[in-house]
Amino acid sequence: MTLLDLQDLQKSYGALAVTQNFSMSVEQGDLVGILGPNGAGKTTLFNQITGTVKPDHGEVWFDGEMVTQMDASKRCQMGIARSFQVPHPFVGMTVYENILVGATFGRSSFDPRKQALEIMDKTGMDDKANQLAGSLTLLDRKRLEMARALAADPKLLLLDEIAGGLTDSECVSLLNTIREVHETGVTIIWIEHVVHALMSVAKRLVVVDFGRKVTEGDPETVMNSPEVKSIYMGEDAA
Amino acid sequence: MQHATITRSTQASRIAGILALCFLVYIGAAPWWAGSADLRLITEILFYLALASMWNLLAGYAGLISVGQHAYVGLGGYLMFSCVLFLGMNPLWSIPVAGVAGALISIPVAWLVFRLKGPYFAIGTWVVAEVFRLSAAQMSSVGGGSGLSIPVAVMRDLGRKPDREMLIYFTAFALCVGAILLVYFLLRSRVGLALTAIRDNEVASSSLGVKIGRIKLFVYVAAAAVTTMIGALIFVTKLRISPDAAFSVNDWTVFVIFIVVIGGIGTIEGPIIGTLLFFLLREFLADLGAIYLMILGAMAIGIMLAAPKGLWGLLVSRYDFSIFPVGYRVRR
Repeated sequence: MTLLDLQDLQKSYGALAVTQNFSMSVEQGDLVGILGPNGAGKTTLFNQITGTVKPDHGEVWFDGEMVTQMDASKRCQMGIARSFQVPHPFVGMTVYENILVGATFGRSSFDPRKQALEIMDKTGMDDKANQLAGSLTLLDRKRLEMARALAADPKLLLLDEIAGGLTDSECVSLLNTIREVHETGVTIIWIEHVVHALMSVAKRLVVVDFGRKVTEGDPETVMNSPEVKSIYMGEDAA
Repeated sequence: MQHATITRSTQASRIAGILALCFLVYIGAAPWWAGSADLRLITEILFYLALASMWNLLAGYAGLISVGQHAYVGLGGYLMFSCVLFLGMNPLWSIPVAGVAGALISIPVAWLVFRLKGPYFAIGTWVVAEVFRLSAAQMSSVGGGSGLSIPVAVMRDLGRKPDREMLIYFTAFALCVGAILLVYFLLRSRVGLALTAIRDNEVASSSLGVKIGRIKLFVYVAAAAVTTMIGALIFVTKLRISPDAAFSVNDWTVFVIFIVVIGGIGTIEGPIIGTLLFFLLREFLADLGAIYLMILGAMAIGIMLAAPKGLWGLLVSRYDFSIFPVGYRVRR
């Protein structure tokens, strides 16, 4: 079953086209990696999926409903949650309260306080429960991004560069968490520059450049494709 | 994790709460220990504290930096006068009527000013207040540009002078305590969690399911209702109303912003500290005239530079403490 369907999305800021004729569909249970150089339009694509930015043209379908003009908050309640590339913690609130926001206003909110505690333990943030988010290190802020998104109980989780700057062991524990979340049936789209991390969990890769989809397919084939080589290593390598 | 429990208050905040309650009882009993002049001063302090609490809710939590709240103070005054003069109502009973009317009027105003963001919103609210002032000046039935006074007979109906002063004092006390409790219980509720999240980051809150537009509208209307009621009572004590006094940006918005900013924006305690400091300064320095205002301005700039979160914020950053605990603590 198709969970997310992007149809011919286009978005420009003035003369700068950040998304061009972008179509992509994601099946339920998929784990899709998105690759592309800086400024390729990956985060803008996420913004259009979550509703932070509305496309100039094209449609976004989620879970069988057209959500193109829908608010970000409504989409979150339908089951889309994200982490931000530059962490956006609620700095004046504790780690627990940050996670509680997701648990309270997200998709399911049967017992938000308990749900927030569970997520905090699952993501290993329980020892920092009462610490103000504004006092966290960058690494912990990134972990909080993911914890908060998970607390919203998403069907589709969008992760935006959460592995950057992690040590090897931290990266392994992050990958374990992502695998666990995926095994519970959550569909994941993950933007990442740390290619080896992405390769180890992604079932499919999509490559973006200049706001267009360059290629997509299974990770092995995509990484060996001439398009990817040309983007990452220059024209000659192709 | 089975052992984890969630608490809302700490030992220190419970003790502080009890002390605050004692202080509240003491202030509430002011008619029995304060003279007539002091009672009037405390009444005015209560007005400012209530106004500051409302502005803090708007700007400090919902991110609605309004510089036009004097629109509702003036509106309250004029609504009270209209109720008294045209409907023959008791001035104090006209306060809840003004509150409801203020809330209703704030809805179309919100529809208009919510289209503006950030500084444009601020200017928009100011323009609305100007429109209110000019409209009041055009209405000859409420005295036009020169305003009018409450007939002596109406005030006499409220009782003899000491009884009347006590009645007005208790109404002001109830309004002020009510305003602070409204903010406190609002912030402890689900809405409060959303508001605190909005205060810290709007984009993140909206992508976590917080319905920002709806919550902002709710806060705007609630603040308008309470501000209108306070405005109504302020002009019961003043006995006289004119467009310039009712819609004074200095008296009802600038001083209120000063109070909240120096006290600590985005905290319940901030406006309380700010109000006390403001009146302390005023009592000692008001005789200096223009120099007094310059000192206020310099202080505001100084505090904003040295302690952007105000005096209460400075205290909280040193000692993790609150009189009105609205957060959540995990205990294991």
